[in-house]
Order: sequence, then structure tokens, then C-alpha cells
Amino acid sequence: MERQKISEKFSELRERKEGALICYVMAGDPSAKKTEEIVKALVNGGADIIELGFPFSDPVADGPTIQVAGQRALSAGMDTQRYFELIKTLDVGIPLVCMTYYNPVFRYGVEKFVEKAADAGISGLIVPDIPVEEAADLKSSCEKHGLDLIFLIAPTTTEGRVRKILERGSGFLYLVSRLGVTGAREDVSSSTRELLSRVETGLPKAVGFGISTGKQAAEVREAGADAVIVGSAFVKIIEEGKDVNERLEALASELKSGIRRAS
Amino acid sequence: MGQIKGKYGKYGGQYVPEVLMPALEELEEGYERYKNDPEFLAELDHYLQDFAGRKTPLYFARNLSKKYGSKIYLKREDLVHGGAHKLNNAIGQALLAKYMGKTRLIAETGAGQHGTATAMAGANLGLETIVYMGAKDVKRQQMNAYRMELMGTKVVPVETGSRTLKDAINEAFRDWVTNVGNTHYLMGSVVGPHPYPVIVRDFQSVIGREVKGQILQKEGRMPDSIIACAGGGSNAMGIFYPFIEDKEVKLIAVEAGGKSLKCTEKAALHSASLCAGEEGILHGARTKVLQDKNGQILESESVSAGLDYSGVGPELAYLSESGRVTARYATDDEAVEAFHELSRLEGIIPALESSHALAYLKKSSEAGELGEVVVVNLSGRGDKDLETVLSLRGGI
Repeated sequence: MERQKISEKFSELRERKEGALICYVMAGDPSAKKTEEIVKALVNGGADIIELGFPFSDPVADGPTIQVAGQRALSAGMDTQRYFELIKTLDVGIPLVCMTYYNPVFRYGVEKFVEKAADAGISGLIVPDIPVEEAADLKSSCEKHGLDLIFLIAPTTTEGRVRKILERGSGFLYLVSRLGVTGAREDVSSSTRELLSRVETGLPKAVGFGISTGKQAAEVREAGADAVIVGSAFVKIIEEGKDVNERLEALASELKSGIRRAS
Repeated sequence: MGQIKGKYGKYGGQYVPEVLMPALEELEEGYERYKNDPEFLAELDHYLQDFAGRKTPLYFARNLSKKYGSKIYLKREDLVHGGAHKLNNAIGQALLAKYMGKTRLIAETGAGQHGTATAMAGANLGLETIVYMGAKDVKRQQMNAYRMELMGTKVVPVETGSRTLKDAINEAFRDWVTNVGNTHYLMGSVVGPHPYPVIVRDFQSVIGREVKGQILQKEGRMPDSIIACAGGGSNAMGIFYPFIEDKEVKLIAVEAGGKSLKCTEKAALHSASLCAGEEGILHGARTKVLQDKNGQILESESVSAGLDYSGVGPELAYLSESGRVTARYATDDEAVEAFHELSRLEGIIPALESSHALAYLKKSSEAGELGEVVVVNLSGRGDKDLETVLSLRGGI
């Protein structure tokens, strides 16, 4: 199936005046085979874009839920080669984004990693431990192979840095809704609203970190987000291992209705 | 060196989540502002002298010298308050944090030496202090954990990953990401993103500056070689840095060779990143890292918790690659042998970390590498390691 580019997905949604649901799961957790089913369930539930994590042993920007998922994936044998093979076999038309840390990319070879990712059908790349200042190599490889390089903006990001990030980012902007690491939380913080109004850009604004319910998704959408990113809540379901596909689909569907309600 | 700010050749840099970038900028500004401030420096000096007990002696080890046929001097960082060089940096950074208006210190620790130094500095300067320590290290360094608690520090055992130093660092990063407003992350070695490698090196350089004066006084010339152990590399950079331009002085960093320089699929049997690591990015810096072909970080191994780390300071990686610093290693067995040797010959029980540097005396004297005047950085005392060594021997 031909996969959409991120920009195509967002213009399609804009026409429908609808916000996007971006779902994160770890590739290979608990196995590559299961990841295929998981992705299908998320798409059935209404995912617009899927971020497939490539596991890293020392994920400093992630909370324990995703760290442990990474360890499960690594124990199950996920490596760079298998990751790209898995991406190729995924029979979905929506954009797939690779989220990982810089060392696996660097070690594999930046240019080679991006080229293989593009070949496999990845539309974009998120590398949370590489600030714009260090991203020149990655950016030029992404441009060469037509991948979006998605940067994060945090509540602590200064105006000067926001400008630098807006100059270099593409696909969408990943706004970190609060200080801290990834992980489901109870409320939507006020810093989310502030951040959304502070960042002026033509790129779609996606808010992540701490969102796990339809109600939160609706709030974030109402606050002006073009997309809502949810990760740890899905990963928890996978970790629990009970009725995984049904529950993933149900949660995706709840989140998507929340977003639609607010659209 | 350091053509671009925070870079040492291709090493160094800032590879951290966006949320931390402003904190690093703030820290850099703070450091630039206070590093030459007379009031700050006077206060630091006061703490180094009257609290830490500097300057430390440069001790001529007569018996050791006789055995190895060189004039061997020991820089006695084991006599610093707390028993290791770590306090030089901890007191410097804690003071800097205070000047910058921070109220909370976080740190990670392997052997517990840096955690203890941070606890001392935090207690003395009235800062709330939290120390992350791998659960495995809490177990093997119980007394150090207890010492920290006595000084009012909260010790948090880290149960994730390999439950050692690198996991404690991950956890400390997470705390910092969450509490970046009022918190200073007191990095314990010359690792991490810029400006940490610079800050820690500068605060530890007091070791090398003192050695320079002391060796001139005692020998009337520069030493032929300086040997220091290297995990992250803070005692090594501290003693080496003032000698970098003195090209006639050979600088030797001795890493933990563990059981051997080999690796299994998931773990290295050693902690020798300079000798056997590959270029990579770990904990915010581009440096030499123990990793597999997919870029996953390998767990490291060493009999000494303080050297048990999968990376090394970026400046040390650069100096080693450019040839200014010679990287060598000593195995666990060699270090333990040196531990016993110094205890018996000189009446000084060295830390297992420092024992790696001492172990190299034997190898290098056999190879005729040493030259006439040799300084070994005795980075810490071995009291904390008695249980480890005792268990290796199977009791007294």
C-alpha cells in the first residue's frame, strides 16, 4: 500500500476540519509479529499517524513505561535490520514515523539509516536527544531522502530557540506539554495552552507527553493543537498483555472521538 | 583544542532533550559569570582549604619506588575530606548552584564517592540533595549510601536496566528534566553535555596545578609520566589538564580491563571505553562508548564501581585519539594485586579505582615506559572497598 506523506495526511484532515491522532508504540514489543497486529488495531481505532519506536538501551527522554518496552523489544531481538524489514511489511497507508535516539542512528551511519528508513516507507524521524544545533548531518540526509525531521519544543524552550527550531523542523512540531519524561498523567497542564499560543508556525502542532484519555485529547485539541500524541497509555496495554488488540483499538477510538468532538 | 565551543575535535557537544537545552545555556552563562569572580573564587578557596583539606601532599613512595626502579610520587587525593578527589568538583558545583540561585542538588553515583561528596557539599551549603544510585551499587556500597543519608541526602536506588551507574545517570537526567527550574544536576565526572566536561575538569584541575608546584619543589623539574585511572575520567583530567602543554610529560590513563577486554552479546567484560570503545553518543556527549553494532549501549564491568561506566569524558577521548594521552588498562586481578601491594609496602590502602593506576606501574616498568620521575594520582582511599576485596579473598 502506498503510504501518505505527513503533509498529505494533515491537509486531508484540515479539509475535514479534524485533528490528528498520533499513536506511539515500540517496534518489536513484545515481538515483530505482534507489532503488525498492534499497528492494525491502532489504525482500526482511528490512528492518523503511527510513531514506531526503535528501542534504545538508555532512553533519557522517556519514562519507565517506554524504557521497559524498549528492553522487551531488544530482548525479543529487535535490531536495525529487523526494524526496517518490519516497517516494509506493515500494510498501512498512513504515515509512519520513526522515533529513536541518536546513537543507534549514528552508529548505523546517519546517511545509511535515513536512506533505509526512506526505502522502508518511513515518512518522518524524531530523535529527542538531538537539539537543532547538532542536527545538521541528520537534517541534510533527511532532505536528501524526503523524510521529515520532527523537532520537539518544550515549555522551557526560549523564543530564540523556538525560532531556530521552526527554521529547521518539518512534518509537524512536537510540543512537549509539560516538564518531565513521557508517561501517562491525570491532567492536561496549563503550560500546554501557553506553549500552543506561544509557538506561531505554519507547521501542524502536535502535543504529547502525559495524554491518555479522550477527555484530555479533546482538551488539547480545544487548546489549539492540530494533533495529539499518545504513547505510554498504549504501551501499558501492551505490557499488561490482556486483550491487547481490542483494548488498543478501543483506546485509539476513544482518543479519536475526543479529538473529533473538539474539532 | 575545542575549535567549536564545547567540542574537542569531533567529540563533546550537547545531545540532550530540548527541555534541557535552556538549563545548559543557563549553566554555561552562570559558570562564565562566576568562574573568575573574586568573591566566588575566594569562597571556593576557603572551602577547598578548610573543608576539603587541600592542598593534598605529593608523597614520595619510597618502597614502591625501590620496587619499580623509578621515583614514584603519589598525589594524595585519598586525604581529601570524604576520602576521594570527588569533593573538589562537588563543592565547586554546589557553590556555583548556590550562586545561581538553585535550591536543590541532584547527582548520581557509582561507587558512592561522588554521591558522598555531593551530600557533604549539599549539607554544608544548605541545599536539598538527592542522589540516584544503581540498586546493585547501593548493595555493594552500603556504607556510602548510609553516609549520604546521615548527611541528610535522600538516596534513591535505581532498579531499571543494569542497576548500575549508567542507569542512575538516566534517572538523574529524568529528575532534572522534570525539576529543571530549581535544580542543579551536579555531574560527577568529565562526562555529559557541554558545559559539564569543562566545569568538572576546571574544578578538578586543582590536582594538577598543585602537582606542578609540588614536583618542581621536590624534583626541580616536570615528571616524566603521570598515571591516573579513568572511568569517566575526572581525576585523570584533573591531574592531566595543567600538563597538557608540557609535551615532555607522558600522560597515561588506565582504564578498568575487568575480566578481559572481550564482550558478550549484551555486556562488555570490562569498562575500557578508550581502549576498546567505539565512537557514539551517550548521556549528552559524543565520545568513546561501549556499544554493540546496533548502537545499543553495553553494560560495563569492573571490580571497582567507580570505573564501571560505558562511556568516558569527551575531552579524554579526544586527547587519547590525538595521542597526547596514552590509554591503557589493568584487569580486575591486577588492580586487586596492586591494592594489596600499596597497602603492604606503604601503609596506604588505595581505592580500587586508584589501584588500576597503581597496577599499571608494574606493566609499564616492565616495558620501560615510566621514566625516572612518576606521579600516580591516588584518587581515593580504599576503606569503601574493603568488603569487596574481602569477599574476593573469601575472608581473612
